[in-house]
Amino acid sequence: MALDQSFVGRTYPATDPYEVGREKIREFAEAVGDANPAYLDPEAAKALGHSDVIAPPTFVFAITFKAAGQVIQDPQLGLDYDRVVHGDQKFAYTRPVRAGDRLSVVSTIESIKSLAGNDVLSVRGEVHDETGEHVVTAHTMLVARAAEEA
Amino acid sequence: MTARISYDEVAVGTELPAQSFPVTRAMLVQYAGASGDFNPIHWNEKFAKEVGLPDVIAHGMFTMAEAIRVVTDWAGDPASVVEYGVRFTKPVVVPNDDKGAVIEVSAKVAAKDDEARTVRVDLVAKSDGQKVLGMSRATVRLA
Repeated sequence: MALDQSFVGRTYPATDPYEVGREKIREFAEAVGDANPAYLDPEAAKALGHSDVIAPPTFVFAITFKAAGQVIQDPQLGLDYDRVVHGDQKFAYTRPVRAGDRLSVVSTIESIKSLAGNDVLSVRGEVHDETGEHVVTAHTMLVARAAEEA
Repeated sequence: MTARISYDEVAVGTELPAQSFPVTRAMLVQYAGASGDFNPIHWNEKFAKEVGLPDVIAHGMFTMAEAIRVVTDWAGDPASVVEYGVRFTKPVVVPNDDKGAVIEVSAKVAAKDDEARTVRVDLVAKSDGQKVLGMSRATVRLA
């Protein structure tokens, strides 16, 4: 079932700030097996010019994807989440995410396409810190596979 | 935000040191906890098979996180990555044995931008002989 094109361009309210903690960054870095000292050791991060430990490049996805839940679970949009797979992912950084950041996300539906019966939804998540500075933009493309013939 | 590798010493075609990353069921459970992505296709074999998958598969974002390590280990400062994007083309199937799967990542410099002093690195990620990421690219700012 094709999604309603009139949702393209719809922007959802900014999320409540997510506070990035040193230990959450450590937990994530350990889960991906990455011992880069910039993620684990504040002194090593400072030596690189950062004010505190920074997060691995894909860390922010946990925050933007949660924010995209507003879109995915929007009952008016009617996406069949049980059939959704992750198609593409892209990040464009102004600066790295770092410990102490309080980040909020504004999600916008960039495009809705129908390809071979699949719904293809692109969501942009703009991430800003509490001073309003842009940190990163995440582009997430989700594919809701066509339902099988009954 | 400078990197250890300098822009001038890199040429189009420069290969980054390739790396192999193991993936086991235990690592997927750990990643689920750290990332908050508890989709059962990443840890429950019965569920994965019911939705038509051959077995439990790795989180696409796990594979994406591993692949960029080839770039961040090379560049020194992970903040030198200013853009990173992938397409998830094939799942990484992770069997329930003591070996799991392996993600093999290679990368090379595909283009240089003299004005921005950035390079485009194209990545290839394979598991079990199959490409698991497509259009996998990072833009890296070098000193």
